[in-house]
Amino acid sequence: MLKHYPTMTTSYAVEMTDIVIRFPGVLANDRVNFTLKQGEIHALLGENGAGKSTLMNVLAGLYKQTSGLIKINGQPASFNSPKDSIAAGIGMVHQHFMLVPTQTVTENILLGLDSPRFILNLKKYDQKVLELQEQFGLRVPPTSKIWQLSVGEQQRVEILKMLYRGANILIMDEPTAVLAPQEIDELMQTMRAMTETGKSIIFISHKLHEVEQVADRLTVLRKGVGTAEGRSMKGIDKAELARLMVGRDVIFSVSKLPSEPGDTVLQMDNVSAENDKGVPALKNFSLTIRAGEVMGIAGVSGNGQSELAEVITGLRKCRGNIKINGQDLSNQPPIMAIKSGVAHIPEDRHHVGSAPNLSITENTIMKNYKQEPIGNGWTINFPQARTHARGLKEQYEILAPNVRIPARKLSGGNLQKVILAREITTQPSLMVAMQPTRGLDVGAIEAIQRLLLEQRSAGAAILLISEELEELLTLSDQITVMFDGQSMGTLPNDDTINIQQIGLMMTGTSINEELAIKN
Amino acid sequence: MPTVIFEKRVDDIPKWLPFVTSMGSVVIAFVISGFILWLLGGQPFVVGQYFFEASFGSWAVFSDTMVKATPLILVGLACTVAFKMKLWNIGAEGQFYLGAFAASLVVLVPLVPAGTPKPIVLLVMMIMGMLGGALWGLIPGYLKAYFNINEIITTLMLNYVAIQWNNFWIFNSFSDAGFQMTPSFDKSAWLPRLADYARQYRFLSGMTLHLGVVIALVATVVVWWILARSRWGYEINLIGDNPLAARYAGLNIKQNIVLVMMFSGALAGLAGMAEVSGVVHRLQERISPGYGFTGIIIAWLAKLNPFAVIPVSILFGALILAGREIQPSGLANMLQGFILFMVISSDVLLRYKIKLVRPTVQEA
Repeated sequence: MLKHYPTMTTSYAVEMTDIVIRFPGVLANDRVNFTLKQGEIHALLGENGAGKSTLMNVLAGLYKQTSGLIKINGQPASFNSPKDSIAAGIGMVHQHFMLVPTQTVTENILLGLDSPRFILNLKKYDQKVLELQEQFGLRVPPTSKIWQLSVGEQQRVEILKMLYRGANILIMDEPTAVLAPQEIDELMQTMRAMTETGKSIIFISHKLHEVEQVADRLTVLRKGVGTAEGRSMKGIDKAELARLMVGRDVIFSVSKLPSEPGDTVLQMDNVSAENDKGVPALKNFSLTIRAGEVMGIAGVSGNGQSELAEVITGLRKCRGNIKINGQDLSNQPPIMAIKSGVAHIPEDRHHVGSAPNLSITENTIMKNYKQEPIGNGWTINFPQARTHARGLKEQYEILAPNVRIPARKLSGGNLQKVILAREITTQPSLMVAMQPTRGLDVGAIEAIQRLLLEQRSAGAAILLISEELEELLTLSDQITVMFDGQSMGTLPNDDTINIQQIGLMMTGTSINEELAIKN
Repeated sequence: MPTVIFEKRVDDIPKWLPFVTSMGSVVIAFVISGFILWLLGGQPFVVGQYFFEASFGSWAVFSDTMVKATPLILVGLACTVAFKMKLWNIGAEGQFYLGAFAASLVVLVPLVPAGTPKPIVLLVMMIMGMLGGALWGLIPGYLKAYFNINEIITTLMLNYVAIQWNNFWIFNSFSDAGFQMTPSFDKSAWLPRLADYARQYRFLSGMTLHLGVVIALVATVVVWWILARSRWGYEINLIGDNPLAARYAGLNIKQNIVLVMMFSGALAGLAGMAEVSGVVHRLQERISPGYGFTGIIIAWLAKLNPFAVIPVSILFGALILAGREIQPSGLANMLQGFILFMVISSDVLLRYKIKLVRPTVQEA
């Protein structure tokens, strides 16, 4: 096929020009330009709701742009469905894996393809999958079932799926969010290996250090507008990236006073519990937290962190001893934990932390509706409740037109502020915060982290469970690493802390084993 | 060609919109029914006028309409309370029978000595009626709360148990000369009717409307107050909207399931009591023509708003009444069906905006 453009210029895998995407009441993308060169890693940066995913969903054929032009390998393209997009060689690796747990790696890769049609000669395809793995260094046993694989391995299957379909342009939506530090390094090597064979990669992220590490160029979106379009990574530092994303300077280290630990607030001894499937999820777990102290829990998600938060707050049955301020609270209903001063910021703010169709007011009184002046015998004094909610809205800078609107209309950050405001109002002696900043934008993260540290200064013990190592390092006084429901050890968070060591512990090396190796 | 586009509503719906769409649905249902009548060679306007006269034409027939609406209001409230917590109590029919049965025991056993003053007899009957219904709500409620047994199945099945239970006792112990009914109650067990005052006020003669309607209206206010103002109502709303959040907030969900099912049953039981004491004055077979099931539809059409239950019940009361006057009686059923169909369809208007869009010139 003859090409009409001069071959001297760099060839673009993707050119998106003046893309406008309009949803009812929202302008999601406003004349955004995006180009992807052959063989590069292009980072797409932006806060939540900046329009990154929308732009990429257009490329993946899930939405159609309101106006604007898309060219793939120099040819104008118009995608009416994901099928068109795949046919054009575009593959998207979603944040949430779309795999069938009970089927093998090969079966998942073949799922939905036209061949094999009737006779499934799996052995032949296992071999094909292996060849593909060799080529890119993405090793996963093809005959393993998905449920047997780690999160990192499952991600490899997702990537293999796209490569098998002949994708030359890979869109990776926050691929590092679910990985341990070592796995992140491996992923980055894989990405490099893929670009060397001519694949082009779009890397969506809001972790600045990863972008710095791996990307060749970047595009930054802020409120649907490109603030940097295809800039080279050379000479850009973190502070500048943050400014491009947020539009103002962001203070990176939330300042923290030295801790003054008081009495023991939480004492857990040999606590074990099962997860919803009845599989042991917490194994002989012990932990002590004192007043005025932040205990960080590090670990890859799914290693017992959710169950840990649930046994402390009374939401899950367990064996062993849990004492809060000296009182035995194991296997007591949630109301007992609330009464003894345990506040809880749940992992899932939409499904556990709030009632979506009830108003902001009704959501803020969930924990104190029985107390004067809001609760009044049999009745609830709703004017008082609204005053209370308005006060919190003011104090915590919750952005909402009024307190009567349903909670589902709030953005993630504002909903989290409602939950935090409600929990802090109970003046807790123990605050269990699970992933309090996940999915929030930089501004909201800062606000939430500040509020947690204020609680620490007020003398609360804080259990901070997070997958963001940076967050744990910023806020914690001590860090306990969890793996497979067990504690791998507790490290003081001071200058001597070694991230490499935490990474090893997150993948199952206990602190004692490590000392043994050293000696 | 302009195309029709359904656009999801982002902003709040105006307060008047649900009212307008509900009324519009009823009007459209009448229009469609009229059209079908016309196709069959009927005279829709004549029939419509007759229809109206049969249920609203005079104070006397309006009184009859209200007599029909009374149990519907109470049963509609019963369903409203349960549905608020997403408990699908479709056993209001059975709870109605048990309420009627338990209230009748006061006279049939008798539980109060002869010569007890009327207000006390009626009060005891009300309490017994509510207890009977509450018991019939307690069973599925307990099974749901502590054994996670689907309440839709248990409440449905218990309806049949209640009906047969009623029949058994009527035939076995209380039958009036072998008929499928008990002897008429003593007048002290009759709820006062408007007709009772015909001697003082002539125009009241023949009006069968009884005190039950006042009980139903008071119950409406009580249910509204509980759901909108009380602590318990807040808990019901919270559990109904998000049980996980309610558990997290320290609420006792199991206990609330049992209590709400009992409350729902008590309201349906009260309807049963009003029917035996206010209308038929005896316990009999088939005391309900399916009020319990109509209550489900009423609660749904009223969008779980206690005050809206009243007009919806009156409309359905009128349909039941008119259905008796008009041949073929299936006409009223058809109308009822169309109303339900239209109101449920009208939900689309609450969730989407409908726009006419002319196609813009597509860019290449």
